[in-house]
Amino acid sequence: MKTTRYERISLNLIYFVLFLLIIATVYPLLHVVFASFSNPNEIIAHKGLLWKPLGFNLEAYRLVFSNPGIYTGYRNTLFIVVVGVALNLLMTALGAYVLSRKNVMWNKLFMMLITFTMFFSGGLVPFYLVVKGVGLYNTLWSTIIPFAVNTFNLIVMRTSFQAVPDSLEESAKIDGANHFTILFKIIIPLSLPVIAVMGLYYAVEKWNGWFYASIFIQDHNLYPLQIFLREILILSSTDNMTSGSAVGEQFQIGATIKYATIVVATLPILCVYPFIQRFFVKGVMIGALKG
Amino acid sequence: MNKTAFRAKLIRDFVTNKYLYLMMLPVIAFYAVFNYAPMYGVLIAFKEYSPLKGIMDSPWVGLHHFTTFFESYYFLRVLKNTLIISVYSLLFEFPAPILLALLINEVRNKTYRKVVQSATYMPYFISMIVIAGLIRDFTDSGGVINTIYAYFGGDGTAMLQHAGLFRPIYILSEIWQKAGWESIIYLAALMAIDQEQYEAARMDGAGRLKQMWHITLPGILPTIVILFILRMGNLLNVGFEKIILLYNPVVYETADVISSFVYRKGLLEFSWSYSTAVGMFNSIINLILLVLANWLSRRITSNSLW
Repeated sequence: MKTTRYERISLNLIYFVLFLLIIATVYPLLHVVFASFSNPNEIIAHKGLLWKPLGFNLEAYRLVFSNPGIYTGYRNTLFIVVVGVALNLLMTALGAYVLSRKNVMWNKLFMMLITFTMFFSGGLVPFYLVVKGVGLYNTLWSTIIPFAVNTFNLIVMRTSFQAVPDSLEESAKIDGANHFTILFKIIIPLSLPVIAVMGLYYAVEKWNGWFYASIFIQDHNLYPLQIFLREILILSSTDNMTSGSAVGEQFQIGATIKYATIVVATLPILCVYPFIQRFFVKGVMIGALKG
Repeated sequence: MNKTAFRAKLIRDFVTNKYLYLMMLPVIAFYAVFNYAPMYGVLIAFKEYSPLKGIMDSPWVGLHHFTTFFESYYFLRVLKNTLIISVYSLLFEFPAPILLALLINEVRNKTYRKVVQSATYMPYFISMIVIAGLIRDFTDSGGVINTIYAYFGGDGTAMLQHAGLFRPIYILSEIWQKAGWESIIYLAALMAIDQEQYEAARMDGAGRLKQMWHITLPGILPTIVILFILRMGNLLNVGFEKIILLYNPVVYETADVISSFVYRKGLLEFSWSYSTAVGMFNSIINLILLVLANWLSRRITSNSLW
Protein backbone atom coordinates (compact mmCIF):
# COMPACT_ATOMS: atom_id res chain seq x y z
CA MET A 1 0.00 0.00 0.00
CA LYS A 2 1.22 3.46 -0.84
CA THR A 3 1.48 5.92 1.98
CA THR A 4 1.03 9.56 1.22
CA ARG A 5 3.33 12.25 2.51
CA TYR A 6 0.56 13.49 4.77
CA GLU A 7 0.15 10.04 6.30
CA ARG A 8 3.88 9.74 6.99
CA ILE A 9 4.06 13.13 8.67
CA SER A 10 1.05 12.46 10.85
CA LEU A 11 2.48 9.11 11.90
CA ASN A 12 5.80 10.66 12.84
CA LEU A 13 3.95 13.30 14.80
CA ILE A 14 2.10 10.59 16.74
CA TYR A 15 5.36 8.79 17.53
CA PHE A 16 6.85 12.04 18.74
CA VAL A 17 3.87 12.95 20.96
CA LEU A 18 3.99 9.51 22.52
CA PHE A 19 7.72 9.90 23.09
CA LEU A 20 7.05 13.12 25.02
CA LEU A 21 4.43 11.29 27.07
CA ILE A 22 6.94 8.58 27.96
CA ILE A 23 9.36 11.22 29.18
CA ALA A 24 6.64 12.91 31.19
CA THR A 25 5.66 9.70 32.97
CA VAL A 26 9.10 8.29 33.55
CA TYR A 27 11.06 11.43 34.35
CA PRO A 28 9.62 12.10 37.84
CA LEU A 29 10.63 8.61 38.92
CA LEU A 30 14.13 8.92 37.52
CA HIS A 31 14.42 12.26 39.26
CA VAL A 32 13.70 10.58 42.59
CA VAL A 33 16.25 7.84 41.98
CA PHE A 34 18.95 10.31 40.91
CA ALA A 35 18.25 12.61 43.83
CA SER A 36 18.39 9.78 46.35
CA PHE A 37 22.02 9.02 45.39
CA SER A 38 23.06 12.62 45.19
CA ASN A 39 25.07 14.75 47.52
CA PRO A 40 22.55 16.52 49.81
CA ASN A 41 24.25 19.93 49.50
CA GLU A 42 24.16 19.83 45.74
CA ILE A 43 20.52 18.77 45.69
CA ILE A 44 19.50 21.70 47.84
CA ALA A 45 21.41 24.13 45.63
CA HIS A 46 20.14 22.51 42.44
CA LYS A 47 17.17 23.83 40.53
CA GLY A 48 15.25 22.32 37.66
CA LEU A 49 15.68 19.04 35.86
CA LEU A 50 18.08 16.41 37.02
CA TRP A 51 19.70 14.21 34.38
CA LYS A 52 22.11 12.28 36.55
CA PRO A 53 22.93 11.94 40.25
CA LEU A 54 24.83 14.96 41.58
CA GLY A 55 27.81 13.35 43.20
CA PHE A 56 27.38 9.99 44.85
CA ASN A 57 26.30 9.62 48.41
CA LEU A 58 24.71 6.70 50.22
CA GLU A 59 24.24 8.49 53.53
CA ALA A 60 20.49 8.87 52.97
CA TYR A 61 20.10 5.14 52.43
CA ARG A 62 22.20 4.40 55.48
CA LEU A 63 19.89 6.59 57.56
CA VAL A 64 16.75 5.08 56.08
CA PHE A 65 17.94 1.57 56.82
CA SER A 66 19.10 2.45 60.30
CA ASN A 67 15.61 3.65 61.12
CA PRO A 68 13.62 0.96 62.90
CA GLY A 69 10.42 2.52 61.52
CA ILE A 70 11.08 1.21 58.05
CA TYR A 71 11.35 -2.35 59.36
CA THR A 72 8.17 -2.18 61.42
CA GLY A 73 6.52 -0.57 58.39
CA TYR A 74 7.62 -3.37 56.11
CA ARG A 75 6.61 -6.01 58.62
CA ASN A 76 3.13 -4.56 59.14
CA THR A 77 2.56 -4.01 55.43
CA LEU A 78 3.63 -7.58 54.68
CA PHE A 79 1.22 -8.87 57.29
CA ILE A 80 -1.60 -6.78 55.83
CA VAL A 81 -0.83 -7.89 52.28
CA VAL A 82 -0.37 -11.61 53.02
CA VAL A 83 -3.18 -12.15 55.52
CA GLY A 84 -5.41 -9.57 53.88
CA VAL A 85 -5.16 -10.97 50.37
CA ALA A 86 -5.68 -14.53 51.64
CA LEU A 87 -8.87 -13.46 53.38
CA ASN A 88 -9.95 -11.36 50.37
CA LEU A 89 -9.59 -14.30 48.02
CA LEU A 90 -11.26 -16.79 50.34
CA MET A 91 -14.26 -14.57 51.02
CA THR A 92 -14.63 -13.44 47.42
CA ALA A 93 -14.44 -17.02 46.16
CA LEU A 94 -17.00 -18.25 48.70
CA GLY A 95 -19.43 -15.49 47.82
CA ALA A 96 -18.85 -15.83 44.09
CA TYR A 97 -19.35 -19.60 44.24
CA VAL A 98 -22.64 -19.46 46.10
CA LEU A 99 -23.95 -16.61 43.99
CA SER A 100 -23.05 -18.43 40.79
CA ARG A 101 -25.21 -21.45 41.78
CA LYS A 102 -28.63 -21.73 40.21
CA ASN A 103 -31.65 -22.90 42.17
CA VAL A 104 -30.70 -21.12 45.35
CA MET A 105 -33.81 -19.32 46.45
CA TRP A 106 -32.26 -16.28 48.09
CA ASN A 107 -29.51 -15.63 45.56
CA LYS A 108 -31.47 -12.99 43.69
CA LEU A 109 -32.02 -11.08 46.89
CA PHE A 110 -28.37 -11.49 47.96
CA MET A 111 -27.24 -10.21 44.58
CA MET A 112 -29.48 -7.16 44.85
CA LEU A 113 -28.35 -6.35 48.36
CA ILE A 114 -24.70 -6.71 47.37
CA THR A 115 -24.97 -4.63 44.21
CA PHE A 116 -26.80 -1.92 46.10
CA THR A 117 -23.73 -1.34 48.26
CA MET A 118 -21.84 -0.23 45.16
CA PHE A 119 -24.15 2.73 44.77
CA PHE A 120 -25.06 3.73 48.25
CA SER A 121 -23.14 3.67 51.50
CA GLY A 122 -23.52 4.97 55.01
CA GLY A 123 -20.59 7.29 54.59
CA LEU A 124 -17.31 7.77 56.35
CA VAL A 125 -18.39 8.51 59.90
CA PRO A 126 -20.91 5.67 60.36
CA PHE A 127 -18.34 3.29 58.85
CA TYR A 128 -15.70 4.58 61.23
CA LEU A 129 -18.05 4.10 64.19
CA VAL A 130 -18.89 0.55 63.15
CA VAL A 131 -15.22 -0.44 62.80
CA LYS A 132 -14.55 1.09 66.19
CA GLY A 133 -17.66 -0.54 67.61
CA VAL A 134 -16.65 -4.08 66.64
CA GLY A 135 -13.32 -3.58 68.37
CA LEU A 136 -10.97 -3.39 65.40
CA TYR A 137 -9.70 0.08 66.26
CA ASN A 138 -5.94 0.29 66.60
CA THR A 139 -5.29 -3.21 65.27
CA LEU A 140 -3.89 -4.26 61.91
CA TRP A 141 -7.16 -6.12 61.38
CA SER A 142 -8.89 -2.77 60.90
CA THR A 143 -7.29 -2.58 57.45
CA ILE A 144 -8.15 -6.18 56.63
CA ILE A 145 -11.54 -7.34 57.91
CA PRO A 146 -13.69 -4.32 56.95
CA PHE A 147 -12.39 -4.69 53.38
CA ALA A 148 -12.65 -8.47 53.12
CA VAL A 149 -14.78 -8.36 49.98
CA ASN A 150 -14.65 -5.91 47.11
CA THR A 151 -18.08 -5.98 45.49
CA PHE A 152 -16.83 -5.31 42.00
CA ASN A 153 -14.31 -8.16 42.24
CA LEU A 154 -17.01 -10.42 43.64
CA ILE A 155 -19.24 -9.80 40.64
CA VAL A 156 -16.38 -10.38 38.21
CA MET A 157 -15.42 -13.64 39.90
CA ARG A 158 -19.05 -14.78 39.94
CA THR A 159 -19.30 -14.17 36.20
CA SER A 160 -16.22 -16.28 35.60
CA PHE A 161 -17.42 -19.09 37.91
CA GLN A 162 -20.66 -19.20 35.95
CA ALA A 163 -18.67 -19.99 32.84
CA VAL A 164 -17.43 -23.32 34.27
CA PRO A 165 -19.37 -26.10 32.50
CA ASP A 166 -22.10 -27.66 34.64
CA SER A 167 -21.25 -31.17 33.46
CA LEU A 168 -17.97 -31.12 35.39
CA GLU A 169 -19.77 -30.42 38.65
CA GLU A 170 -22.46 -32.96 37.91
CA SER A 171 -19.96 -35.75 37.51
CA ALA A 172 -18.12 -34.64 40.65
CA LYS A 173 -21.40 -34.68 42.54
CA ILE A 174 -22.09 -38.20 41.37
CA ASP A 175 -18.68 -39.16 42.73
CA GLY A 176 -19.86 -37.80 46.06
CA ALA A 177 -18.17 -34.39 46.09
CA ASN A 178 -19.70 -31.74 48.33
CA HIS A 179 -19.74 -28.01 47.63
CA PHE A 180 -16.41 -27.39 49.33
CA THR A 181 -14.73 -30.01 47.18
CA ILE A 182 -16.36 -28.66 44.03
CA LEU A 183 -15.22 -25.13 44.81
CA PHE A 184 -11.66 -25.92 45.82
CA LYS A 185 -10.95 -28.89 43.56
CA ILE A 186 -12.82 -27.93 40.40
CA ILE A 187 -13.95 -24.33 40.15
CA ILE A 188 -10.90 -22.60 41.60
CA PRO A 189 -8.30 -24.58 39.63
CA LEU A 190 -10.27 -23.89 36.46
CA SER A 191 -10.55 -20.17 37.26
CA LEU A 192 -6.93 -19.68 38.22
CA PRO A 193 -6.32 -16.72 35.88
CA VAL A 194 -9.17 -14.76 37.44
CA ILE A 195 -8.10 -15.69 40.95
CA ALA A 196 -4.55 -14.56 40.18
CA VAL A 197 -5.73 -11.25 38.75
CA MET A 198 -8.04 -10.59 41.69
CA GLY A 199 -5.21 -11.48 44.06
CA LEU A 200 -2.94 -8.96 42.38
CA TYR A 201 -5.61 -6.28 42.48
CA TYR A 202 -6.15 -6.85 46.16
CA ALA A 203 -2.40 -6.99 46.80
CA VAL A 204 -1.64 -3.64 45.17
CA GLU A 205 -4.60 -2.08 46.95
CA LYS A 206 -3.29 -3.40 50.26
CA TRP A 207 0.33 -2.47 49.60
CA ASN A 208 -0.58 1.10 48.68
CA GLY A 209 -3.46 1.60 51.11
CA TRP A 210 -2.99 4.26 53.73
CA PHE A 211 -6.18 6.16 54.43
CA TYR A 212 -7.93 3.66 56.68
CA ALA A 213 -4.69 2.87 58.46
CA SER A 214 -4.33 6.58 59.13
CA ILE A 215 -7.74 6.83 60.77
CA PHE A 216 -7.87 3.47 62.54
CA ILE A 217 -4.30 2.93 63.72
CA GLN A 218 -2.77 4.99 66.50
CA ASP A 219 0.06 2.80 67.69
CA HIS A 220 3.39 3.56 65.95
CA ASN A 221 4.38 -0.09 66.12
CA LEU A 222 1.41 -0.93 63.94
CA TYR A 223 2.04 1.67 61.26
CA PRO A 224 2.19 0.23 57.75
CA LEU A 225 4.87 1.45 55.38
CA GLN A 226 2.64 4.06 53.74
CA ILE A 227 1.86 5.81 57.01
CA PHE A 228 5.54 5.91 57.75
CA LEU A 229 6.07 7.39 54.28
CA ARG A 230 3.39 9.97 54.93
CA GLU A 231 5.23 11.17 58.00
CA ILE A 232 8.33 11.75 55.94
CA LEU A 233 6.84 13.02 52.68
CA ILE A 234 3.73 14.90 53.70
CA LEU A 235 4.29 15.86 57.29
CA SER A 236 8.01 16.35 56.54
CA SER A 237 9.30 14.87 59.75
CA THR A 238 12.67 13.30 59.29
CA ASP A 239 13.74 14.37 62.77
CA ASN A 240 13.75 10.95 64.32
CA MET A 241 16.14 9.77 61.63
CA THR A 242 18.55 12.65 61.74
CA SER A 243 18.71 13.15 65.50
CA GLY A 244 22.29 13.45 66.54
CA SER A 245 23.27 15.58 63.55
CA ALA A 246 23.57 19.34 63.72
CA VAL A 247 20.47 21.35 62.72
CA GLY A 248 21.85 22.50 59.38
CA GLU A 249 22.98 19.00 58.50
CA GLN A 250 19.57 17.63 59.43
CA PHE A 251 17.92 19.92 56.94
CA GLN A 252 20.30 18.96 54.18
CA ILE A 253 20.21 15.26 54.71
CA GLY A 254 16.43 15.46 55.13
CA ALA A 255 16.18 16.45 51.47
CA THR A 256 17.77 13.22 50.27
CA ILE A 257 16.16 11.01 52.92
CA LYS A 258 12.79 11.76 51.35
CA TYR A 259 13.95 10.39 48.01
CA ALA A 260 15.74 7.41 49.46
CA THR A 261 12.62 6.48 51.41
CA ILE A 262 10.48 6.67 48.29
CA VAL A 263 12.90 4.37 46.50
CA VAL A 264 13.00 1.87 49.36
CA ALA A 265 9.21 1.80 49.71
CA THR A 266 8.34 1.80 46.02
CA LEU A 267 11.06 -0.41 44.60
CA PRO A 268 9.42 -3.74 45.49
CA ILE A 269 6.23 -2.96 43.64
CA LEU A 270 8.06 -1.49 40.66
CA CYS A 271 10.26 -4.58 40.50
CA VAL A 272 7.34 -6.97 40.34
CA TYR A 273 5.33 -4.69 38.08
CA PRO A 274 6.88 -5.78 34.75
CA PHE A 275 6.15 -9.40 35.63
CA ILE A 276 2.59 -8.85 36.72
CA GLN A 277 1.70 -6.23 34.14
CA ARG A 278 0.18 -8.67 31.69
CA PHE A 279 -1.97 -10.18 34.44
CA PHE A 280 -3.30 -6.76 35.23
CA VAL A 281 -4.07 -6.08 31.62
CA LYS A 282 -5.96 -9.37 31.61
CA GLY A 283 -7.76 -8.23 34.75
CA VAL A 284 -8.91 -5.01 33.17
CA MET A 285 -10.30 -7.04 30.29
CA ILE A 286 -12.10 -9.45 32.60
CA GLY A 287 -13.66 -6.52 34.41
CA ALA A 288 -14.58 -4.89 31.14
CA LEU A 289 -16.39 -7.94 29.81
CA LYS A 290 -18.94 -7.54 32.53
CA GLY A 291 -19.30 -3.78 31.97
CA MET B 1 -48.86 -19.48 45.81
CA ASN B 2 -50.42 -20.22 49.18
CA LYS B 3 -48.70 -20.00 52.49
CA THR B 4 -48.05 -23.66 53.18
CA ALA B 5 -46.70 -24.28 49.69
CA PHE B 6 -44.31 -21.38 50.15
CA ARG B 7 -43.17 -22.73 53.49
CA ALA B 8 -42.63 -26.15 52.01
CA LYS B 9 -40.56 -24.61 49.23
CA LEU B 10 -38.58 -22.61 51.74
CA ILE B 11 -37.77 -25.66 53.81
CA ARG B 12 -36.89 -27.75 50.78
CA ASP B 13 -34.57 -25.00 49.51
CA PHE B 14 -32.90 -24.71 52.86
CA VAL B 15 -32.41 -28.46 53.19
CA THR B 16 -30.92 -28.92 49.72
CA ASN B 17 -28.77 -25.81 49.85
CA LYS B 18 -27.77 -25.75 53.50
CA TYR B 19 -24.05 -26.02 52.78
CA LEU B 20 -24.27 -23.21 50.29
CA TYR B 21 -25.91 -21.03 52.91
CA LEU B 22 -23.20 -22.03 55.34
CA MET B 23 -20.56 -20.92 52.82
CA MET B 24 -22.41 -17.68 52.24
CA LEU B 25 -22.66 -16.93 55.93
CA PRO B 26 -19.32 -15.11 56.35
CA VAL B 27 -19.98 -13.06 53.24
CA ILE B 28 -23.45 -12.09 54.46
CA ALA B 29 -22.01 -11.24 57.86
CA PHE B 30 -19.40 -9.04 56.18
CA TYR B 31 -21.99 -7.11 54.17
CA ALA B 32 -24.31 -6.81 57.15
CA VAL B 33 -21.64 -5.44 59.46
CA PHE B 34 -19.51 -3.28 57.18
CA ASN B 35 -22.03 -2.12 54.58
CA TYR B 36 -25.50 -2.28 56.06
CA ALA B 37 -24.72 -1.38 59.65
CA PRO B 38 -23.17 1.93 58.48
CA MET B 39 -26.35 2.56 56.50
CA TYR B 40 -28.27 2.13 59.74
CA GLY B 41 -25.69 4.43 61.32
CA VAL B 42 -26.81 7.15 58.94
CA LEU B 43 -29.56 7.70 61.52
CA ILE B 44 -27.10 9.77 63.51
CA ALA B 45 -27.46 12.43 60.83
CA PHE B 46 -30.90 13.06 62.32
CA LYS B 47 -29.75 12.84 65.92
CA GLU B 48 -27.34 14.56 68.25
CA TYR B 49 -25.06 11.57 68.46
CA SER B 50 -23.12 11.00 71.61
CA PRO B 51 -20.92 7.91 71.85
CA LEU B 52 -21.91 7.43 75.48
CA LYS B 53 -25.59 7.17 74.69
CA GLY B 54 -25.22 5.17 71.49
CA ILE B 55 -27.25 5.54 68.32
CA MET B 56 -30.58 4.46 69.82
CA ASP B 57 -30.61 6.73 72.83
CA SER B 58 -29.14 9.86 71.33
CA PRO B 59 -31.84 12.54 71.02
CA TRP B 60 -33.54 13.24 67.69
CA VAL B 61 -32.91 16.64 66.14
CA GLY B 62 -34.70 16.13 62.82
CA LEU B 63 -33.16 17.96 59.89
CA HIS B 64 -31.16 20.31 62.10
CA HIS B 65 -27.74 19.20 60.80
CA PHE B 66 -28.88 19.41 57.20
CA THR B 67 -30.22 22.94 57.61
CA THR B 68 -27.07 23.99 59.45
CA PHE B 69 -25.02 22.72 56.53
CA PHE B 70 -27.24 24.31 53.88
CA GLU B 71 -27.17 27.65 55.66
CA SER B 72 -23.45 27.58 56.38
CA TYR B 73 -20.79 29.40 54.44
CA TYR B 74 -19.22 26.03 53.62
CA PHE B 75 -22.20 24.65 51.73
CA LEU B 76 -21.76 26.74 48.61
CA ARG B 77 -17.99 26.53 48.78
CA VAL B 78 -17.69 22.75 49.00
CA LEU B 79 -20.55 22.15 46.58
CA LYS B 80 -19.01 24.53 44.06
CA ASN B 81 -15.53 23.02 44.44
CA THR B 82 -16.87 19.49 44.16
CA LEU B 83 -18.86 20.31 41.05
CA ILE B 84 -16.01 22.19 39.40
CA ILE B 85 -13.43 19.49 40.05
CA SER B 86 -15.92 16.83 38.88
CA VAL B 87 -16.80 18.69 35.71
CA TYR B 88 -13.12 19.38 35.00
CA SER B 89 -12.31 15.74 35.45
CA LEU B 90 -15.17 14.79 33.16
CA LEU B 91 -13.92 17.25 30.55
CA PHE B 92 -10.18 16.63 30.76
CA GLU B 93 -9.54 13.41 32.61
CA PHE B 94 -12.23 11.30 31.00
CA PRO B 95 -11.15 11.84 27.37
CA ALA B 96 -7.42 11.53 28.15
CA PRO B 97 -7.24 7.72 28.09
CA ILE B 98 -9.39 7.66 24.95
CA LEU B 99 -6.98 10.00 23.17
CA LEU B 100 -4.01 8.02 24.43
CA ALA B 101 -5.54 4.76 23.21
CA LEU B 102 -6.22 6.29 19.81
CA LEU B 103 -2.59 7.43 19.58
CA ILE B 104 -1.21 4.08 20.73
CA ASN B 105 -3.48 2.33 18.27
CA GLU B 106 -1.73 4.07 15.39
CA VAL B 107 1.63 2.65 16.41
CA ARG B 108 2.48 -0.38 14.30
CA ASN B 109 5.94 -1.01 15.74
CA LYS B 110 5.43 -3.68 18.43
CA THR B 111 8.42 -2.74 20.59
CA TYR B 112 7.63 0.94 20.63
CA ARG B 113 4.04 0.15 21.43
CA LYS B 114 5.10 -1.96 24.39
CA VAL B 115 7.45 0.71 25.70
CA VAL B 116 4.72 3.36 25.51
CA GLN B 117 2.24 1.14 27.29
CA SER B 118 4.60 0.00 30.03
CA ALA B 119 5.71 3.55 30.73
CA THR B 120 2.22 5.01 30.85
CA TYR B 121 0.73 2.26 33.07
CA MET B 122 3.51 2.52 35.61
CA PRO B 123 2.33 5.50 37.68
CA TYR B 124 -0.85 3.58 38.49
CA PHE B 125 1.18 1.28 40.73
CA ILE B 126 2.74 4.03 42.76
CA SER B 127 1.02 4.80 46.02
CA MET B 128 -1.02 7.92 46.57
CA ILE B 129 1.34 9.01 49.33
CA VAL B 130 4.35 8.91 47.03
CA ILE B 131 2.42 10.67 44.27
CA ALA B 132 1.35 13.41 46.67
CA GLY B 133 4.91 13.66 47.95
CA LEU B 134 6.21 14.02 44.39
CA ILE B 135 3.63 16.66 43.55
CA ARG B 136 4.54 18.64 46.63
CA ASP B 137 8.20 18.39 45.83
CA PHE B 138 7.93 19.23 42.14
CA THR B 139 5.61 22.18 42.61
CA ASP B 140 7.54 23.63 45.50
CA SER B 141 9.23 26.99 45.03
CA GLY B 142 12.53 25.40 43.95
CA GLY B 143 10.88 22.35 42.40
CA VAL B 144 11.26 21.06 38.88
CA ILE B 145 7.91 22.19 37.51
CA ASN B 146 8.20 25.55 39.13
CA THR B 147 11.64 26.14 37.69
CA ILE B 148 10.35 25.37 34.22
CA TYR B 149 7.24 27.46 34.84
CA ALA B 150 9.40 30.35 36.05
CA TYR B 151 11.40 30.11 32.83
CA PHE B 152 8.20 30.83 30.93
CA GLY B 153 7.40 33.75 33.20
CA GLY B 154 5.75 32.10 36.22
CA ASP B 155 6.28 33.70 39.59
CA GLY B 156 8.19 30.77 41.09
CA THR B 157 6.41 30.46 44.42
CA ALA B 158 5.15 27.27 46.03
CA MET B 159 2.32 26.36 43.70
CA LEU B 160 0.28 24.46 46.27
CA GLN B 161 -0.10 27.68 48.21
CA HIS B 162 -1.99 29.24 45.30
CA ALA B 163 -5.73 28.70 45.39
CA GLY B 164 -5.89 29.29 41.64
CA LEU B 165 -3.45 26.49 40.84
CA PHE B 166 -4.91 23.73 42.98
CA ARG B 167 -7.39 22.43 40.42
CA PRO B 168 -5.00 22.29 37.46
CA ILE B 169 -2.45 20.51 39.64
CA TYR B 170 -5.06 18.06 40.84
CA ILE B 171 -6.45 17.28 37.38
CA LEU B 172 -3.09 17.09 35.61
CA SER B 173 -1.66 14.74 38.18
CA GLU B 174 -4.76 12.53 37.93
CA ILE B 175 -4.23 12.31 34.19
CA TRP B 176 -0.55 11.57 34.71
CA GLN B 177 -1.36 8.77 37.10
CA LYS B 178 -4.36 7.12 35.47
CA ALA B 179 -4.60 7.83 31.74
CA GLY B 180 -2.22 5.03 30.74
CA TRP B 181 -3.96 2.50 32.90
CA GLU B 182 -7.46 3.47 31.82
CA SER B 183 -6.43 3.38 28.17
CA ILE B 184 -6.13 -0.44 28.40
CA ILE B 185 -9.86 -0.89 28.28
CA TYR B 186 -10.20 1.29 25.20
CA LEU B 187 -7.31 -0.49 23.52
CA ALA B 188 -9.14 -3.74 24.10
CA ALA B 189 -12.24 -2.29 22.50
CA LEU B 190 -10.13 -1.04 19.59
CA MET B 191 -8.73 -4.50 18.97
CA ALA B 192 -12.24 -5.83 18.58
CA ILE B 193 -13.00 -3.57 15.63
CA ASP B 194 -13.21 -5.40 12.33
CA GLN B 195 -10.04 -4.64 10.32
CA GLU B 196 -11.87 -5.08 7.03
CA GLN B 197 -13.75 -1.89 7.68
CA TYR B 198 -10.48 0.01 7.61
CA GLU B 199 -9.43 -1.57 4.37
CA ALA B 200 -12.75 -0.74 2.80
CA ALA B 201 -12.42 2.83 4.03
CA ARG B 202 -8.91 3.10 2.61
CA MET B 203 -10.18 1.83 -0.71
CA ASP B 204 -12.70 4.63 -0.65
CA GLY B 205 -9.84 7.03 -0.02
CA ALA B 206 -10.50 7.86 3.64
CA GLY B 207 -7.48 9.30 5.40
CA ARG B 208 -6.31 8.64 8.94
CA LEU B 209 -8.62 11.22 10.48
CA LYS B 210 -11.65 10.14 8.46
CA GLN B 211 -11.08 6.52 9.47
CA MET B 212 -10.80 7.51 13.10
CA TRP B 213 -14.00 9.50 12.94
CA HIS B 214 -16.13 7.03 10.98
CA ILE B 215 -14.84 3.65 12.14
CA THR B 216 -12.72 3.86 15.27
CA LEU B 217 -14.86 6.18 17.36
CA PRO B 218 -18.19 4.47 16.61
CA GLY B 219 -16.45 1.17 17.35
CA ILE B 220 -15.50 2.12 20.89
CA LEU B 221 -18.58 4.23 21.61
CA PRO B 222 -20.39 1.58 23.69
CA THR B 223 -17.32 1.26 25.93
CA ILE B 224 -17.10 5.03 26.25
CA VAL B 225 -20.76 5.26 27.20
CA ILE B 226 -20.61 2.56 29.89
CA LEU B 227 -17.53 4.11 31.46
CA PHE B 228 -19.18 7.50 31.24
CA ILE B 229 -22.25 6.33 33.14
CA LEU B 230 -20.12 4.76 35.84
CA ARG B 231 -18.22 7.99 36.08
CA MET B 232 -21.39 10.01 36.40
CA GLY B 233 -22.48 7.87 39.33
CA ASN B 234 -19.31 8.89 41.07
CA LEU B 235 -19.41 12.48 39.92
CA LEU B 236 -19.49 13.88 43.43
CA ASN B 237 -17.14 11.26 44.84
CA VAL B 238 -14.09 13.35 44.19
CA GLY B 239 -11.12 11.33 45.39
CA PHE B 240 -10.51 13.07 48.66
CA GLU B 241 -7.51 10.94 49.55
CA LYS B 242 -5.32 12.96 47.25
CA ILE B 243 -6.98 16.20 48.21
CA ILE B 244 -6.36 15.78 51.91
CA LEU B 245 -2.74 14.96 51.18
CA LEU B 246 -2.29 18.05 49.04
CA TYR B 247 -4.43 20.81 50.45
CA ASN B 248 -3.83 23.26 53.26
CA PRO B 249 -6.00 26.00 54.79
CA VAL B 250 -4.65 28.59 52.35
CA VAL B 251 -6.24 26.80 49.40
CA TYR B 252 -9.44 25.51 51.06
CA GLU B 253 -11.22 28.14 48.99
CA THR B 254 -10.74 26.06 45.83
CA ALA B 255 -9.61 22.69 47.15
CA ASP B 256 -12.07 21.72 49.84
CA VAL B 257 -14.69 19.32 48.44
CA ILE B 258 -17.67 17.65 50.11
CA SER B 259 -15.78 14.47 50.95
CA SER B 260 -12.73 16.22 52.35
CA PHE B 261 -15.09 18.41 54.36
CA VAL B 262 -16.84 15.29 55.70
CA TYR B 263 -13.45 13.87 56.66
CA ARG B 264 -12.31 17.01 58.43
CA LYS B 265 -15.54 17.67 60.30
CA GLY B 266 -16.17 14.07 61.22
CA LEU B 267 -12.79 12.57 61.97
CA LEU B 268 -10.65 15.55 62.90
CA GLU B 269 -13.22 17.77 64.62
CA PHE B 270 -15.53 14.98 65.86
CA SER B 271 -18.77 16.60 64.64
CA TRP B 272 -20.08 13.13 63.93
CA SER B 273 -23.74 13.84 63.31
CA TYR B 274 -23.10 16.92 61.23
CA SER B 275 -20.49 15.19 59.09
CA THR B 276 -22.81 12.22 58.55
CA ALA B 277 -25.56 14.55 57.36
CA VAL B 278 -23.18 16.13 54.85
CA GLY B 279 -22.01 12.70 53.70
CA MET B 280 -25.59 11.57 53.25
CA PHE B 281 -26.33 14.61 51.12
CA ASN B 282 -23.38 13.57 48.97
CA SER B 283 -24.57 9.96 48.61
CA ILE B 284 -28.09 10.95 47.64
CA ILE B 285 -26.91 13.34 44.94
CA ASN B 286 -24.61 10.62 43.63
CA LEU B 287 -27.46 8.16 43.39
CA ILE B 288 -29.64 10.67 41.56
CA LEU B 289 -26.84 11.45 39.10
CA LEU B 290 -26.27 7.78 38.39
CA VAL B 291 -29.94 7.14 37.70
CA LEU B 292 -30.09 10.25 35.55
CA ALA B 293 -27.01 9.34 33.50
CA ASN B 294 -28.26 5.84 32.99
CA TRP B 295 -31.67 7.06 31.86
CA LEU B 296 -30.13 9.60 29.52
CA SER B 297 -27.80 7.08 27.99
CA ARG B 298 -30.60 4.57 27.45
CA ARG B 299 -32.62 7.19 25.62
CA ILE B 300 -29.77 8.44 23.50
CA THR B 301 -27.61 5.41 22.78
CA SER B 302 -29.64 2.43 24.04
CA ASN B 303 -26.68 1.51 26.23
CA SER B 304 -27.30 1.30 29.93
CA LEU B 305 -26.21 -0.38 33.13
CA TRP B 306 -29.67 -1.76 33.86
